[in-house]
Amino acid sequence: MAILMNLINGISLGSVYAIIALGYTMVYGIAKMLNFAHGDVIMVGGYMAFCSMTYLNWGPVPAVLLAIAVCTVLGIVVERLAYKPLRQAPSLAVLITAIGVSYFLQNAALLIWGSDPKVFTSVIHIPSQRLFDGQLIITGTAVATVLSCVVIMIALSLFTGKTKMGKAMRAVSEDKGAAQLMGINVNFTISMTFAIGSGLAAIAGVLLCSAYPTLMPTTGSMPGIKAFTAAVFGGIGSIPGAMIGGILLGIIEIFGKAYISTQLSDAIVFAVLIVVLLVKPTGLLGKQIREKV
Amino acid sequence: MFSKLVNVPSGAMIPDRDIDKSPILECINLGITFGGLKAVENFNLTIGRTEIAGLIGPNGAGKTTVFNLLTKVYQPTKGTILLDGTDTHGMNTIQVNRAGIARTFQNIRLFSNLSVEDNVKAGMDNAMKYNMWEGIFRLPRYHKEEKIAHDRALELLSIFDMQDLASAKSGSLPYGAQRRLEIVRALATNPSLLLLDEPAAGMNPSETAELMENIRKIRDTFQIAVLLIEHDMKLVMNICEGICVLNFGHVIAKGSPEEIQANPAVIEAYLGKKKEA
Amino acid sequence: MKKKFRAAGKTARSNFLTFGIVVAAYIIIMALQSGGMISSAMSGLMVPICAYIVMAVSLNLTVGIMGNLSLGHAGFMSVGAFVGVITAMSLQASIPSGPLRLALSMAVGGLCAGIVSLIVVIPVLRLQGDYLAIVTLAFGEIIKNIVNCLYVGLDKNGLHFTMKNAMALNLDAATGKKIMQGPMGAVGITKLSSLTAGFILIILSLIVVLNLINSRAGRAIMSLRDNRIAAESIGISPARYKIMAFVTSAVLAGMAGTLYAMNFSSILAKKFDFNTSILVLVFVVLGGMGNIRGSIIAAAVLTVLPEMLRQFADYRMLIYAIVLILVMLITNNPRTKQLLAKIRSPKSGKEETEHVL
Repeated sequence: MAILMNLINGISLGSVYAIIALGYTMVYGIAKMLNFAHGDVIMVGGYMAFCSMTYLNWGPVPAVLLAIAVCTVLGIVVERLAYKPLRQAPSLAVLITAIGVSYFLQNAALLIWGSDPKVFTSVIHIPSQRLFDGQLIITGTAVATVLSCVVIMIALSLFTGKTKMGKAMRAVSEDKGAAQLMGINVNFTISMTFAIGSGLAAIAGVLLCSAYPTLMPTTGSMPGIKAFTAAVFGGIGSIPGAMIGGILLGIIEIFGKAYISTQLSDAIVFAVLIVVLLVKPTGLLGKQIREKV
Repeated sequence: MFSKLVNVPSGAMIPDRDIDKSPILECINLGITFGGLKAVENFNLTIGRTEIAGLIGPNGAGKTTVFNLLTKVYQPTKGTILLDGTDTHGMNTIQVNRAGIARTFQNIRLFSNLSVEDNVKAGMDNAMKYNMWEGIFRLPRYHKEEKIAHDRALELLSIFDMQDLASAKSGSLPYGAQRRLEIVRALATNPSLLLLDEPAAGMNPSETAELMENIRKIRDTFQIAVLLIEHDMKLVMNICEGICVLNFGHVIAKGSPEEIQANPAVIEAYLGKKKEA
Repeated sequence: MKKKFRAAGKTARSNFLTFGIVVAAYIIIMALQSGGMISSAMSGLMVPICAYIVMAVSLNLTVGIMGNLSLGHAGFMSVGAFVGVITAMSLQASIPSGPLRLALSMAVGGLCAGIVSLIVVIPVLRLQGDYLAIVTLAFGEIIKNIVNCLYVGLDKNGLHFTMKNAMALNLDAATGKKIMQGPMGAVGITKLSSLTAGFILIILSLIVVLNLINSRAGRAIMSLRDNRIAAESIGISPARYKIMAFVTSAVLAGMAGTLYAMNFSSILAKKFDFNTSILVLVFVVLGGMGNIRGSIIAAAVLTVLPEMLRQFADYRMLIYAIVLILVMLITNNPRTKQLLAKIRSPKSGKEETEHVL
């Protein structure tokens, strides 16, 4: 029963990673950049929901919506101001800029909200489910997290597969120049990708803080790195890859904590990643690119 | 469909050259399949020790693939490559180069951030013997070998009259000079067989004429064999002693320039089949 | 003949300038320090600056010269730091001379970082681009995590290691001394590092890196960076040269780690995390990829900058972030690039190979 319990916890944590990783992977696919500031957008989302609930006494639903709205706008603004001027620049320049944005968000949060952790009240009011005579407890947060993840996954698949915008995104990620020649507004498409990615980060932030209720300016960085790992694990640029990578990572982390060592769980997660990449150098579902001679 | 038309003489293409010596390169039934597609099949070719040979054919015929097979960028799925009588089976690109094959690339692949001289010197890496510590602490062997390499690099560059460009950044060179530098870099590895992939691409007629002369000069000076892929028929017919024509991965003709020019299969491959009335 | 001489002289001159700047800076700081003209906060930064300079120079070998993005350089620094501390403490009784003990600790720290890098180098040879970057990040985090759980003690029977807790060390009650205590880090370090030690390490790393770059190995490493397929076609083995560059870089980072750790009385594993790796990467990128002199200057300036911004108190890291973003935006603006090219064109340097990853 304990295994089942851990499995559920793992899937729940993995679902949060998966949602963050989806943002990473979409942005990577389209802008070919590692957006290191993505993790900090999670933190901003968390603070937004926290503030609107604590100071404005808003209900959970408007609070989450506000968090999503603010992060979406933040994503668009950051892209316009910091990343767009660097579209022709070497990828390392963009990486450093993203790191700069990450520092900026963390320190801005530090100035606004201070360094002491805030206690986040969960936005999820689903009662815990007790199964098998109380031997197996599934928290409401776990249920909500997994459900959101599934809904987001289905919605994103339909979006990229069926809608005009989604198709434009796929076209831009394949070949920016060709997409532009076909009349696709590349700048708008990239903005939209950042908007969606950041909106997802806000949802992830709220879910993360509901499960682990301490909120600090650095709350987003470790989940950000983990989700980035998850995206690479699944094959960066691939949406189903991010999903699978995120969930597997969550399961490995929880099982590592439960059965091997609490302190070494991060090391275990990263070691598994390295082994996977050694066997499949472009991740589980990544495309193998062969250079033409 | 073309195999019926093939009239392949076995043995060296030009029987009266190098008759007393064994060939430098022999390809026997060479072939490679990419996911079911036979990119090159039953490729047989023999090149004499100081022969200039041409590999021609329409676009997509598999010419560059042959080069990639010879240099082990791709491992052949079938057949044997004998370099100076030694089977290159199981060797990788690096080992094949050390065994004596050097090449240039259709899409230029220079070390564009390095100087012209360093590009050439990079080609001499295998000839150098000093180790990392001798390099770091500037021990005598470092100075001795670097001096030799420097002199040799300038000497090789002078083939194309490029010695004055030695300290220029190779990526900033004009297109034609970049192609020539690739040839020099390949020569720096001291090959016995030089593979040139479209050496005249993008050159004007006078540059091409000069290149032609230089390829001959290289062969005569270094006494090596040259196999080149080229679309410029004037160049090919002028300097190649033997020509091999590829189409859809198959050899459709082999022989001297005169024979190739008269071969109906070649004409058909290039111009299309005449409609039968 | 004349041209030949000039071509050979250019790199030598550029390297000479690099050494000159370092020596001059050292002399000036020593003079100012003896005159009491440097604030204590600033003097406290001197050894960290030296350590970061060595880190930046060594990372430039991996990122700028070899062309592999590494996000885990602090991991090697960590190995060097803690191995160095353990070595220094173990030798405390047998080698009374501080500088000699520091030198030995650095050597052992660097060696161990080099050994660890031999494991990391396996994926470096197989993977490319961002996949490689994430693996270096992962290794850095693994090292941090393991060091964070490590307990080391010393008694008359020698060194004791465990990953459980301090009690599990089973130290001899009379002679036992705890060196590393898991998340609490290494404590009770005798400070051995000094500006002079840092200066010597910088000079050493410059000799190694600059001479390596300007030898056949450097040529081979850069040719692999510029075009791997072409490099293989002329017989250059990626494995051999990549291992050479990567391990050299790690050894230097390990030595920098020892230098850094021996400047404090206690040090935490957390100090050498992902953020430190990123910090060093920022030095390298801002200093110019492959530009060793640039790395030195960037490391020194950017370590001092937060100190200079102290008057802005809480806003200083925010300003640091904005400066970072603005510098990237300005230096990568096509118009400023043209302007820079115009200024540089009459004497375009050979050593400053700006590489686009």
